[in-house]
Amino acid sequence: MARSLVERTLASVTHTLEQTLFAEDIARQPGVLQSLDPRVKLVSVLALLLAVSFARNLWVIAGLYLLVLSLAWVSRVPLGFFVRHVWVALPFFTGLVALPVLFNVVTPGAPVLTLWSNPLIAITAQGLRAAAFLILRVGTSVSLAILLVLVTPWNTLLRALSVLRVPSVFLLILGMTYRYIYLLLKTASDMFEARQSRVVGRLQPAAQRHLVTNTMGVLMSKSYGLSQDVYLAMLSRGYRGRPRTLDRFTMQPRDWLWGAAALSVAVVALWLGRG
Amino acid sequence: MQVEPVFEVEDAHFSYDRRQTALAGVSLQVGRGDKIAILGSNGSGKSTLLKLLDGLYFPQRGVVRAFGQPLSEDRFNDETFAFDFRRRVALVFQDADVQLFSPTVWDEIAFAPLQLDLSEAEVKARVAEAVQTLRIEHLVDRAPHRLSGGEKRRVALASVLALRPEVWLLDEPTTGLDPRSQSWLVDFILEQAEQGGTFITSTHDLDIVSEIADRVYVFDETHRLAAEGPTEQILADRELLLRCNLIHAHRHHHGDVMHAHPHWHRPHAEHVHEA
Repeated sequence: MARSLVERTLASVTHTLEQTLFAEDIARQPGVLQSLDPRVKLVSVLALLLAVSFARNLWVIAGLYLLVLSLAWVSRVPLGFFVRHVWVALPFFTGLVALPVLFNVVTPGAPVLTLWSNPLIAITAQGLRAAAFLILRVGTSVSLAILLVLVTPWNTLLRALSVLRVPSVFLLILGMTYRYIYLLLKTASDMFEARQSRVVGRLQPAAQRHLVTNTMGVLMSKSYGLSQDVYLAMLSRGYRGRPRTLDRFTMQPRDWLWGAAALSVAVVALWLGRG
Repeated sequence: MQVEPVFEVEDAHFSYDRRQTALAGVSLQVGRGDKIAILGSNGSGKSTLLKLLDGLYFPQRGVVRAFGQPLSEDRFNDETFAFDFRRRVALVFQDADVQLFSPTVWDEIAFAPLQLDLSEAEVKARVAEAVQTLRIEHLVDRAPHRLSGGEKRRVALASVLALRPEVWLLDEPTTGLDPRSQSWLVDFILEQAEQGGTFITSTHDLDIVSEIADRVYVFDETHRLAAEGPTEQILADRELLLRCNLIHAHRHHHGDVMHAHPHWHRPHAEHVHEA
């Protein structure tokens, strides 16, 4: 039987919370990447992303993807989960974009598979190559970004953005958004559960819409009240409109070493893949 | 010997949106080193009074003075005054989710010392000291949304302790605490008070009042103070507590005879009956 809107919403909220807990558990594993300074991880990933984006040699990009997989493995990220996470959703987005590129209409070249002879519509060798480039490039880039997020707790990653000169007030807001999104998710989940426990049978679509709009209204009003109280709590502890934050990061020799290695790999990949 | 006044409140009125009355002419005095409890049922105005004392709200009529100076919005625009006041007075909010707005426990405890422009070394030393006093070493890297109710309360207290305030305002500190955490909290208050701190605790939990307060102010349901006096005297006045909705009449049968007496519930313990 098809699940009701309330059930689906509840399931989706629960799934989101579970995924986050799972990701946080990975970030806490004693793996190689987890032990590195988050700023080094951030800069390394950005350098490798640049290399992936500018490399014009398929084998170089494939090599970088293998490197990402090895890094995931030594960082105790479950490989099945990691690969699935990237490649299941990718065809729906990049695949659709890559599809027209296959054909001679967009990418002229030697036909490999002719679908229609007059006028000629065929998949070309050049088209296949271009599509492979696009998919592999996007897949590797997404894998790099996901790996970074999996091996670094969100709040640490946000704090590491300071190395890119992101203003501290922006980091404070991002941090608070991340912190309170869970409270609001929990509130929404509690509200739906309370409603669900008092419903016998299925709600009519109009009643379901009514429930959703009500919930949105209540959540909006709660978050508004919460934001006012949080601001008072900040004022109470000396906040005067200019947030001051303190990083607890300390660079160890191995962080410098890792950063240098990652930058070297990126430079070599760019050189090898210069086309 | 005259005790140095910390707070003097004269005929303070406050209403939310100019309609919903929270305080209807409240006057009180708090001296240095006092241990005060503010008793009242839900919605009687206790939390609002604490926010007035913390300079977060200002009376719409009447005066609130702290350390001899009237509190007003203009006064807090003076950086030196605001800085000095926030360093000396701290409020622990009733809802720990409001108080704990930072991404991690460490950031939360460091927030106040950082806003008060303490040096990096001093901030770290204060955080370490608060963490040690509250015995929360295992929580420093955790996110607030993954803490239990008792843990959140400890972190909230640590976030204020790092300020080393002279005056502690505690809003319903035992809400949601299990008996062990509650007993620990009472010990914590007593320890801090022994070091010369001034404590003003709002509560309707009669169980802890005699332990944490020497003097009590009682709010009635018209948002006014109904009584003030030494703790033992106030707690012995059953008629007053009944009128202010802090205890209730309990009726039951003795054989064929209906018997009624004042009664209150000790949280997580036996009920207290008065013959």
